[in-house]
Amino acid sequence: MTGPDLLDRRLVFVTGKGGVGKTTVASGLALLASQRGKRTLVCEVDAKGNLADFYESGPVKFDARAVQPGLYAMAMDTERSLDEYLKIFLKVPVMGRIGPIARMFDFVATAAPGVKEILTVGKLTYEVRERHYDLVVVDASPTGHVVGQLAAPQAINSLVQVGLIRSQTDWMLDILSDPSQTGLVIVTTPEEMPVTETIELVDRVREQTTVDLAGIVVNRVLPELFGRAEEEVFEQLVDAPRAKVNATVGGDVEPLLAAARLAVTLRRTRAAHLARLRDALDAGLPLLYVPYLFARTHGLRSTRVVAEALAAELGY
Amino acid sequence: MSAARTSGSIDQLLAAHEIVIACGSGGVGKTTTAAAAAAMAAVRQGGKVLVLTVDPAKRLADALGVGPFGNVATRVPDDAFLGAGVKPRGQLWAAMLDTKQSWDSLVRRHAPDAETAGRILANPLYQNITGRFVQAHDYIAVERLYELHLDGAFDLIVVDTPPTRNALDFLDAPARMADFFSSRLLRLLTVPYKSRLVNMASKPFYQVADRILGTQFLQDIAEFFILLQTMGPGFVERAEAVSRLLHDRRTTFVVVTTLEAAPAHEAQFFIQVLAARKFHLGAVVLNKVLPDYLRDAGGAAAQVAGRLEADSTEAAVSLAPLLGTGSPAQLQRVLAEVAENFLRFQLVAQREADQQAELGKVPEVVATVPYLENDVYDLAGLLALGGMIWG
Repeated sequence: MTGPDLLDRRLVFVTGKGGVGKTTVASGLALLASQRGKRTLVCEVDAKGNLADFYESGPVKFDARAVQPGLYAMAMDTERSLDEYLKIFLKVPVMGRIGPIARMFDFVATAAPGVKEILTVGKLTYEVRERHYDLVVVDASPTGHVVGQLAAPQAINSLVQVGLIRSQTDWMLDILSDPSQTGLVIVTTPEEMPVTETIELVDRVREQTTVDLAGIVVNRVLPELFGRAEEEVFEQLVDAPRAKVNATVGGDVEPLLAAARLAVTLRRTRAAHLARLRDALDAGLPLLYVPYLFARTHGLRSTRVVAEALAAELGY
Repeated sequence: MSAARTSGSIDQLLAAHEIVIACGSGGVGKTTTAAAAAAMAAVRQGGKVLVLTVDPAKRLADALGVGPFGNVATRVPDDAFLGAGVKPRGQLWAAMLDTKQSWDSLVRRHAPDAETAGRILANPLYQNITGRFVQAHDYIAVERLYELHLDGAFDLIVVDTPPTRNALDFLDAPARMADFFSSRLLRLLTVPYKSRLVNMASKPFYQVADRILGTQFLQDIAEFFILLQTMGPGFVERAEAVSRLLHDRRTTFVVVTTLEAAPAHEAQFFIQVLAARKFHLGAVVLNKVLPDYLRDAGGAAAQVAGRLEADSTEAAVSLAPLLGTGSPAQLQRVLAEVAENFLRFQLVAQREADQQAELGKVPEVVATVPYLENDVYDLAGLLALGGMIWG
């Protein structure tokens, strides 16, 4: 561990294989930071994301909006980011005058999509540089894309030798490469594929980016149903004369027993994947556990539960 | 909710098509589902079946009993099937999409001569496009599929789509590629480098472009596009053919999803997009679905669980004598835990039922695959999964 505690950084990227609860963790982490008095921005990079659902706020757009006290949310829009960039750095008053420039970017972005990535990373690092917020939490691209996103400034740097872009990527890289400012969190679940992908991603992040790995969050950890002695009692209950058991509880007990068996098996299978993950990571890398949420719907209440779980794991 | 009611339908679907495209968000088991369906088709229907995956996971290679496979199709040995206790009627082949390699061969095919091809391959921009960035995968995946289909070596190709941020990227890739080559901006950007007659500095467009990107980068871009233009006609034609193939009646889409909120929403969106754009949606596979007995909220089991959760002391005292060991207190804890666990999972199952209802207009074929207690790690496991999809 070279960097400080997670929430003491300025820019935290949250990634993970699709479907592991990346947005759940990012929104919980951002909520926790704001609860602890930090002016926090949470940004979803995926335009089709559902960040708003996690705060039960209105739609989240490029212009940040307050969703909780001290917590602001935005959605990345590379076109708006370019617009803002041109206004700030080039003092270009109206896009109209240079009409094709926006379309040129669109076009260049199609050919060298690093341009889109740089507009994303650029906007985020800009918010950090200008100290608009104490902490920026990014619901980043999934594992397959995040390395490309984080490595975009270096890629551009190696392509562009001079010019404004070059001087821009230099300060972006300074922020991204500084562990005291920037960290990456990988979210996983204790299942086979997510664990395998996480282990692979750890290596790729270290080889191909300059961003410090700040921690792994294991989401959807199932509760331990029984202790050893209780499991024995459970097995006896399964084998006990069923008619008498059913008569005592006033109905068929089988679905309850089946659900318990399912829970025990799932937990056991997952424990093996968790062990594999722990073995593959350096001892110093923080592993945070977030329990499986048994809830009918997801919303602000669930986000609070996740924030609480993260707080406990971070020792607050 | 048993898979049985889909019996025959997936079978017919695969028998009636030459290309099956599995799509859905990441983590729903797309790759495994595609491989399972392909393995079943090889066993039941015969012919040469190829599973083309974009997932470089070594696990699939292991499960299929082949070494790490690449762009070239590798045959799954019959021994692997015999080991799983079946004798396949046909052959199963597997290939992985190697983005970089596929782009390179595409360039070599369409470049006017070897020298131009060499210059494109050496251009720094090209190397970044194919190696590092995201969207290049989408086009090349469809392109490779087209090539394999054209080749005619396989009776059925089952492909899983790359993990796109937006399902549309995959469908739009060929059209975007064609647009790209006929773009007016392409000319605008390459003209000053082709002709020294235009004074770049006099045009605000180039001034701004130059300030942002730097002259060298602009020149790299221009050279790259000038070179790419030499491949233009063939490329556009090809992209259009690829686009047609996606709409062809021999092609069908299978949407794979779990019943968690985010993947289910994406599946719903994808189902709508496919319908709106007249792609053939053949089936929906619901993966990792909790068992049926959990769905009956307020049913008899839920009532039993509710009572036990509220008070299990009495039941524990009367049941304790039936058990060999364990105190009534221990039994009470077990009963309470079992009841609470049931109610917790029932909430999740209810959530799944809600999601399923929201999927709305789904095709005739809906296969439901239960939550498997163990991971699929060999061909036998894949075939068992295939059996469930098959019904």
